[in-house]
Amino acid sequence: MDFLSILSIFVLAVFVGYYVVWSVTPALHTPLMAVTNAISSVIIVGALIAAAAGAITEGGGLSQWLGLAGVVLASINIFGGFAVTRRMLAMYKKKDKKPAASK
Amino acid sequence: MEHAVAATPAWAVLAYLVSGVLFILSLRGLSSPESSQAGNRNGMIGMLIAVGTTLALHPTGLPLIIGAIAIGGGIGWVIAQRIQMTAMPELVAGFHSLVGMAAVLVGCAAYLNPAAFGIVDEAGAILAVSRVEMGLGVAIGAITFSGSIIAFLKLSGRMSGSPILLPGRHVLNLGTLVGILVLTGIFATDGTAALGQGPLLWIILGLSFLIGVTLIIPIGGADMPVVISMLNSYSGWAAAAMGFTLQNTAMIITGALVGSSGAILSYIMCRAMNRSFISVIAGGFGAEADAGGPKASGPAKSYKAGSADDAAFIMQNAESVIIVPGYGMAVSQAQHALREMGDLLKKEGVSVKYAIHPVAGRMPGHMNVLLAEANVPYDEVFELEDINSEFGQADVAFVIGANDVTNPLAKTDKSSPIYGMPILDVEKAKTVLFVKRSMGGVGYAGVDNPVFYSDNTMMLLADAKKMVENIVKGLNGGGH
Repeated sequence: MDFLSILSIFVLAVFVGYYVVWSVTPALHTPLMAVTNAISSVIIVGALIAAAAGAITEGGGLSQWLGLAGVVLASINIFGGFAVTRRMLAMYKKKDKKPAASK
Repeated sequence: MEHAVAATPAWAVLAYLVSGVLFILSLRGLSSPESSQAGNRNGMIGMLIAVGTTLALHPTGLPLIIGAIAIGGGIGWVIAQRIQMTAMPELVAGFHSLVGMAAVLVGCAAYLNPAAFGIVDEAGAILAVSRVEMGLGVAIGAITFSGSIIAFLKLSGRMSGSPILLPGRHVLNLGTLVGILVLTGIFATDGTAALGQGPLLWIILGLSFLIGVTLIIPIGGADMPVVISMLNSYSGWAAAAMGFTLQNTAMIITGALVGSSGAILSYIMCRAMNRSFISVIAGGFGAEADAGGPKASGPAKSYKAGSADDAAFIMQNAESVIIVPGYGMAVSQAQHALREMGDLLKKEGVSVKYAIHPVAGRMPGHMNVLLAEANVPYDEVFELEDINSEFGQADVAFVIGANDVTNPLAKTDKSSPIYGMPILDVEKAKTVLFVKRSMGGVGYAGVDNPVFYSDNTMMLLADAKKMVENIVKGLNGGGH
């Protein structure tokens, strides 16, 4: 992909993000932050590439370890972010309903 | 020529696209509590696809990688189970710092091993456009990291929440920012840097860590909802910048989503305080609060103090009560006792509603989560614009741990620092019950609140949780 195609995806995604986020109910703004936290850890893709490639490149040792450290940090965020979001969302219940699926 | 990224097979490109779409759907699910759990699951599936695709494309060094995922995942999982809901703001700040650091690590790894990322030309030099993305990505990541660490320390009380004002901080920060941008420009054009040599990237990194600290330390506790949203946004832009480097659609879509999400939340928070983003970033708000302020130092005004039993009696005989929670409720963990009080009142036939100001608490939606934790049904909880007109008909406004967001001076006093801020019109209720620790302290803005001295206000001076527990006792005693 050339730079301009990527830029097009990026710009369109900003607009999608704009409209999607405005539709989020204010009551769920804290879970929104937790889940955006989790998904922004998709940066793990870069860390995985570094960790994988470093293992087979000569002199790639340092970048391999940097990548592995990145994988650890991003994993904390992914597991922690999704799990805490789930925990929070499970608490939102409606009136007069039987105790819905708890955590 | 080895161009790994350009050689990404079509199925993988599509898989990343699917995961990007799932991330969009995960945010979309948050438009209502009913669809939110499904949304969160979409996010998890999207992440699974992105990670699985990457591992399938790069199936080397797997034992260490799986070990790293297990360690990180285990830590994250345990934290998520143990964290208290009142600690959510500092948890989110801490998580932001990890995204920032991960971006820094990925940027550095790409710089050290560019061939693996397919960002080199035939001669083995790093492409100029990749160096711009790398420089910016590392800079944003580093600012996110150190800024979030400071926000974490302030929110968790390990560091004072009051602003720390360095002399000449605006010049210092602007200078550092310009320095980072200029160095990134040089980094993109410099031949030595193209070969992965020279100190430029490390200098950019160091300056960015520094500016993250100096940007956040002057910002006071009450402005934390903006700061935390802003850092949320930065973590997105950092991921997007890395996505450009890797030409990865999942990362670019996610980065754009998170970036705009944080930006919108910052905007909502600023609007709810009637402050400009620039003035929040400039910091210093609330610095004079401890000095007493001119209004608080006047002769003591008279107010009516009441007891828990008085409050219980008044609310029992009311038809409608609107509860206004604020950060003080979170600090004293009063949400469970509050829900119990609400339940008892409902049993007596009193209509109970909750009114939430957008900046009540330390992060967007903070109060809603705490009330949800205490099993308050979300359809009893209302946002400012939906409930503000009802205070006029309400018998009782029960304010607990909130102050500035109820201050009518915001509507009348042009000289007030909170002038123009949208507030909850609690003073229009027939009776205002105001739970507050003591009469001494003023809000974060350092402004006295005329509601305290109004004829229809009864001050309930005590720790929020103790007061509510005593009211509950009173309701139980009087109910028989």
